Order: sequence, then structure tokens, then C-alpha cells
Amino acid sequence: MKIHEYQAKEIFSRYSIPVTNETVCYTVDEVVAAAKKLGMPVVVKAQVHAGGRGKAGGVKLVRTIEETRATAGKILGMDIKGYTVEKVLVAQGVKFNSEFYVGLTIDRNSKSVIFMASAEGGVEIEEVAKENPDAIYKFVIDPDLGMTDFLARKIAFKLFRDMSLVKQAVDMFQKLYQIFIDTDASLVEINPLVVTDDGKLLALDGKMNFDDNALYRQPEIEALNEPTEDEKKEIAAKDSGLTYIRLDGNIGCMVNGAGLAMATMDVIKHFGGNPANFLDIGGSSSPQKVIDAMNLLMSDKNVKVIMINIFGGITRCDDVARGLVTALDQMKVNIPIVIRLSGTNAEEGLRIIKEKNLPTVGSLSEAAQEAIRLVNQMM
Amino acid sequence: MSILVNKDTKLVVQGITGRDGSFHTGKMKKYGTNIVAGVSPGKGGQTIHDIPVFNTVEDAVKATGANTSIIFVPAPLAGDAILEAADGGIELVVCISEGVPTLDMVKATNYLKNKGVKLIGANCPGLITPDESLIGILPGNIFKKGNVGLMSRSGTLTYLMVSLLTNNGLGQSTCVGIGGDPVAGLYYQELLQMFEDDPETEAIVLIGEIGGDAEERAAQYIKEHITKPVVAFIAGQTAPPGKRMGHAGAIISSGSGTATEKIAAFEAVGVPVARRPVELPELVKEKLAERKNKK
Repeated sequence: MKIHEYQAKEIFSRYSIPVTNETVCYTVDEVVAAAKKLGMPVVVKAQVHAGGRGKAGGVKLVRTIEETRATAGKILGMDIKGYTVEKVLVAQGVKFNSEFYVGLTIDRNSKSVIFMASAEGGVEIEEVAKENPDAIYKFVIDPDLGMTDFLARKIAFKLFRDMSLVKQAVDMFQKLYQIFIDTDASLVEINPLVVTDDGKLLALDGKMNFDDNALYRQPEIEALNEPTEDEKKEIAAKDSGLTYIRLDGNIGCMVNGAGLAMATMDVIKHFGGNPANFLDIGGSSSPQKVIDAMNLLMSDKNVKVIMINIFGGITRCDDVARGLVTALDQMKVNIPIVIRLSGTNAEEGLRIIKEKNLPTVGSLSEAAQEAIRLVNQMM
Repeated sequence: MSILVNKDTKLVVQGITGRDGSFHTGKMKKYGTNIVAGVSPGKGGQTIHDIPVFNTVEDAVKATGANTSIIFVPAPLAGDAILEAADGGIELVVCISEGVPTLDMVKATNYLKNKGVKLIGANCPGLITPDESLIGILPGNIFKKGNVGLMSRSGTLTYLMVSLLTNNGLGQSTCVGIGGDPVAGLYYQELLQMFEDDPETEAIVLIGEIGGDAEERAAQYIKEHITKPVVAFIAGQTAPPGKRMGHAGAIISSGSGTATEKIAAFEAVGVPVARRPVELPELVKEKLAERKNKK
């Protein structure tokens, strides 16, 4: 889950990490009032869940009230990578003389939280990682020890020589680690972290992502969630134990397991078809899950054929079959269904399906080819 | 021989009284796995499938000599269950639970590493040495004893791959589902080395997915340490980018993460990659024939 810059900086503030003076605004008049209160110049920053806001023209420094009004009018309502800007952050303009990058995330290889720091702040860090990977320092944090004084000092000395800055950095880095742990974050980032003209460290920007698996114990974080229409569908799906990602094709897929779901999409594409979605009904299926999954697939008007590919493990094929039969009794499904069941309780599942006179196929390749044939027949 | 589990494995089931725990205990027992105990706090003294239930893992280990544990508890409790297993004297912990918070896994993997206890999962289907021991939720009937070692980040995709191997006369030494979470227990490198050292394994199948750079690291490890033939498959060749990780993930796996890059990394070190699941058995047969000729 992602949150906005202003929300991340509110969390930083709660831990006494210095951030810019700023106000979040929803209308042009609010922006102008905020600018007057903060004093010129100010920076107007689009608040959307997308990277590259600056490049898209969603971040502007303005020096006069007239300019503020005009810029606010342009940015509010702007489209950035498919997200409409509904609110902006108005931040006091700050004079600074150097920019840095600091971030924390999970490192799969060391199976730990990792702290990253770079003197090349203020630019897209992926670019730095690609072109000059040695410019990013990485430090694995021992989960038993946490962010010790010596480790925070070691990192701080990579970026700063001035002891006053090193001391500020040590304090800030320890707080950032604490935020990461306290909130079950998956990413905490300050880019840029600046040194102001009067020698103070300041978070000019802030970014936080969170571990979806831990939201159940982070109600305050979960309350900040602002899903898009597509994401709302994905969340509703997750609540019924399904993982759903909408794509732009016409073959609706229902699969158990993420790997098999991806491989199913791959095979459909291999034979020239187009999957309408990624839908993993997960393990431990109940008939209700299959009913929810059918509803989800049918809610996408682009879906012309439904292809069900189940390999039973913890999922029992007979549960899937019963769910499917119930779903077909309850709802109008006027499009063809291609079904492949194997693994746990497959014989029983196939028997239930066949009683309903629904067609089944033997292999994944056959299923994909049959689904594509049915789509082509309709076109 | 085989790796990790065999007919001497003595299993304790944590969460044996739950719907999934109970169902799969029955399945594993029917397959022939030696299940010696179950754990369910507050239900000590009962029996399920004629298996004695204990309140704690420690009690179960003391009473039965269990050396391996499988975990079926709900995700919020799974991190603690892993710690309890390691503390209780278990040598290999297999965690099936899906949706465990990442920081719980960071804590658990660190504790187990310090204790010298092996972990598989979480969010994995478990593992099997055919005809000897099935520890997990894998459908036992698709496996066949043989000399192909298999490891996979996916669950159900593994079943598909295994049934293709079995139907083509290629049996398996041990199959391990390592799970798809960002932070998990045993991974490609450790398992590659175990299969390399296992006299029964003649060829290794590695089934990966997009995301992270574990496959690229595995390719490098194969080049440097593995003499047995390896064949791979990567799921997600057509998956849309950017659905899971933000900035920082992209940094760590900079220049890697897509199926194209992973396939290239394997092929660069002489590991053939099946483009569709159905191509896998043929590639394994070719590699086995090459190995036979060399001998």
C-alpha cells in the first residue's frame, strides 16, 4: 500500500524528523491562502500515487501570488500516469546547498531491512542505480541489534564530514528505522534530504510504502489508503481471499496460485490470445470463493470466455466444482467456460462438472487453444 | 538418498486442529508420512487421525522425538509458530501459511539462522521425497520416485511441472516448494548445493518467477558450483511490470527482475529455459542423455 508525500511527512514529523512547513490543499483558493500564510516562494506539489511527478509537470516553484494561482489551477485536475490530481501540497520554499538520498527497504538476499544512502540525491534513484551503482551505499541492519549508534554513524560519515550534520543524521537515521519497524513499512525514503543554508538537515520530500500482509495490525496506516477504481476491485477481491489484477484482454482467467496464474497467461499469449486478468483464487478454497471469483470475472464487460485452470493442492477440486455449479445456478453466465481440473480431489470435481454438462479439457495448452477458438468464433 | 526429508522424518503438525491442518494431516498420513504429533494450544491430550495433540512444540518433541515441523496456523500467528518450532528442538520447519508479515519473517529467518535450524517457506506448498515422506499440501499422486531434483517459487505451477515430468517417465528425488514471499527460508543456492551433493539426483529443475534477482544469483551459483545439469522455467513472461514493488525494490534488483533478463541469465551459463511448461520434460531428457554420454 502507498501513501502520499504529505502523509509520509506527517509520520516523519511525529518522530521529530524535520520536514518543510507545508499545507495540503484541495482548491486553488486554499493554495493561495496557504502561500500567503507560508510566505513566498512556495513549491506546489501534486499528491498522487505515481512517481515522476516533477517530470510530468506536477511540481512547480512559484514566486508570486498570481503565479501561485495560475500554477495551482494547472496542477489541480492534471493527469499524471493515469491518476487525477485531486490535492496538492504547498510547501515553503527552502534554500539549500546540497541534496542526498536515504531509504530503507527489505532486502530479499540478506533477509533483512537494508539502509541505502547516496550523495546523488534529488534525481530518480533508479537512474543512479543503473548508471552509477557504486554511488549508492547499502547497509544490512541486523534485526536483533536494530539501527545501532555505530551503524548510523558509519552511514552518516559516508555522506557528511561536518560533525553537526553527522549528529543530526545519526538521530534521523535511527528514527527512520524505528518508523519502518513501527509501521510495517516496505519502503521509507527521503529524496532529497537537503542541508539548508543554515546547516540543518531537512526532508524536502518523503515516500512510504507498506506491507499489505501487515495492514491488519496497522489500522492507522490502513485508514490512509486511497484506492483507485481498479484498486478498489483488487481490494474487494483480496477481502474474499482472491488476488485480482485487471488487464486489457478478453479471456477471463480463474487460476489457483500466482505462479500457475502467470504461466496460464503466458500460455494464452503464446497461442495468440489475450488474458483479461490475473486472478489467483489462492489456496484453501471454499465454494464461496469460486462464486466471488465468477462475479468478479463477469463484472468485466471485456470478458468473452472464462478459462478455469485449477491444480489442486490445498485447494480441493471438488470445492471449486461445487462453487462453480452454485455460481452458475445463481447468476446468468451467458459466455462459454473452459475448465481444467487436476490434483487434489480432481475425480470428484470432474464428476460434479460433468453432471452439469460442462465441457472439460485435459491440458493447459488445450484449454488455452479452446478458449482462443471460442473467442475467435464470436469476433 | 534424497534431500531434507526421507523415511526417517518424524513430523509434528502445528495447527493440526484447523480446517486445513486437519485435512492435510489426513492426506499426508495416507501418503505414508510418519506424523508423530500435533500441536494446538489448549487442545493437548486430544487425538486427531490417531495422532496425539500437545499444547507446545517442546512437549511434542520431548514425547515423540519429532525432528521436522509443518505449520498451518493463520498468518498473524505463523511468525511466532516458526520461532516456537526452532526453540522446541525442531531441525527443519516448513511453513505453509500464506500472508505472513514480512518483518515477522525477517525476525524468524534471523533466529533460525542463529540456531542452525532450516526453514522452508512461508507461503509455500512444502516438499516431498516420493514414496518416503510428503510434508505439505502437494497432491501425492502426481509424484514418482526418480532422479530429478526440483525447486520452485510457485505451488500449483510445481504440480503442473511435476505431472509433466512424471507422465514423461521422469521421476523425482525430492521436490521443494520454496515459496513466493520476498523473505523466505531455504532458497535456490542452498538447495542447488544439496542436490549437487545428493548421489540420487542426476538433474535439477528450477522453476522461478519474475521479481527480485534470486534467479540471476542462482545462475551465477550454477556457473561456479554446480556440475549436474540444470533446466529452468520462468513464470510471468507476459506479466505487466510494476505491480508490486516501488523505488527501493528496483534499486536492489537494478537491471534484473523481468522474465527476459532471468531467461538470459540462465542461458548465458548453459541452463536451457523452457518457454512453455510442456517443453520442460524434453529439455530434461536431452540434458540427462548428454550427462550419460559424458560418463
